[in-house]
Amino acid sequence: MIRRLLFLVPLAVFAVLVAYFALGLTKDPRKLDSVLINQPFPELKLAAIEGRKEGFSTADLRGQVTLVNIWGSWCAACRIEHPFLMQLKEKNLVPVYGIDWREKDPRDGPEWLKRFGDPYQRIGVDPESKAAIALGVTGAPETFVVDRNAVIRYKVVGPLVPEVWDQTVGPLVERLRKG
Amino acid sequence: MRRIIPRASALLSPPLRRGGFLSLLFAVLFAISSSAYAVEPDEVLKDPALEARARAISQELRCLVCQNQSIDDSDADLARDLRVLVRERLQAGDGDEAVLDYVVSRYGDFVLLKPPFKATTYVLWLAPAFILIVGALAIVLFFRRRAGISEPAPLTPEERRRLARLTGEEGT
Repeated sequence: MIRRLLFLVPLAVFAVLVAYFALGLTKDPRKLDSVLINQPFPELKLAAIEGRKEGFSTADLRGQVTLVNIWGSWCAACRIEHPFLMQLKEKNLVPVYGIDWREKDPRDGPEWLKRFGDPYQRIGVDPESKAAIALGVTGAPETFVVDRNAVIRYKVVGPLVPEVWDQTVGPLVERLRKG
Repeated sequence: MRRIIPRASALLSPPLRRGGFLSLLFAVLFAISSSAYAVEPDEVLKDPALEARARAISQELRCLVCQNQSIDDSDADLARDLRVLVRERLQAGDGDEAVLDYVVSRYGDFVLLKPPFKATTYVLWLAPAFILIVGALAIVLFFRRRAGISEPAPLTPEERRRLARLTGEEGT
């Protein structure tokens, strides 16, 4: 009896493979698990964006729970999350630090902020991706949740929209403040 | 007046003259051209040995923007910045391993086009060999059994008598 069913084995193996690959297709290959979760935020010292005196350095993050947002005036998805970042600032929910990544012209970033509003505590510029690579960034926008010891606790790939805040980032920030 | 300069076709052997010349031309062009690289002249290091190392490292690193290209092949801005970073680190005296380790420490193993051989990738690396061995064993077993079947045991004297009876050749 069992021998008779042996011919079904290749079919079963094939079915398992199909299920495995079908599952794989539903995943977004751009959403990679960051290896930097629970690692210290890299030591950065970035120059100020034009029009501001202070740049951004990792020391700014110590002593408070913060978000660090990688953006650029060239980045379309950054426009999507921008109104919500403004809300975070207006409601004083969490301080957001900005890294202005790879502007073709150093004036593009400030111009963009003038047009849409400036949600950032401090902004550093990263014209050569030094900071972006140190942070394992693959595209903009990305947002890091950093605890008060400047340890990275979470990374949002793509726009930080209200749903992501409500479900993940908001509660995490709350927890980190208590803990 | 006699022609002193022979026509080009006269220099070629007959098979080449029949359209084969074009094929030869293409073959030669393919042989001398390498695939297109994204490295731009301003990125290239003066030290050829260092540049060669940088190229070798770049070919192992995945471009995170266009994920199935190496940074050596990719035109993406981030790939360019990674190439420059690799070169800066080499110039600062880092070994090849140290450079790769740095990038892996930022992006994870995914950034390596060739996955490392470690606990999480044993299945990936060993499954093909495993399947090959299982398949080979299955084939060997199959043919052994068939060999067994094709050579039946010789008839016993009793069977011979019975066969003779049935075929009507009694009294042998």
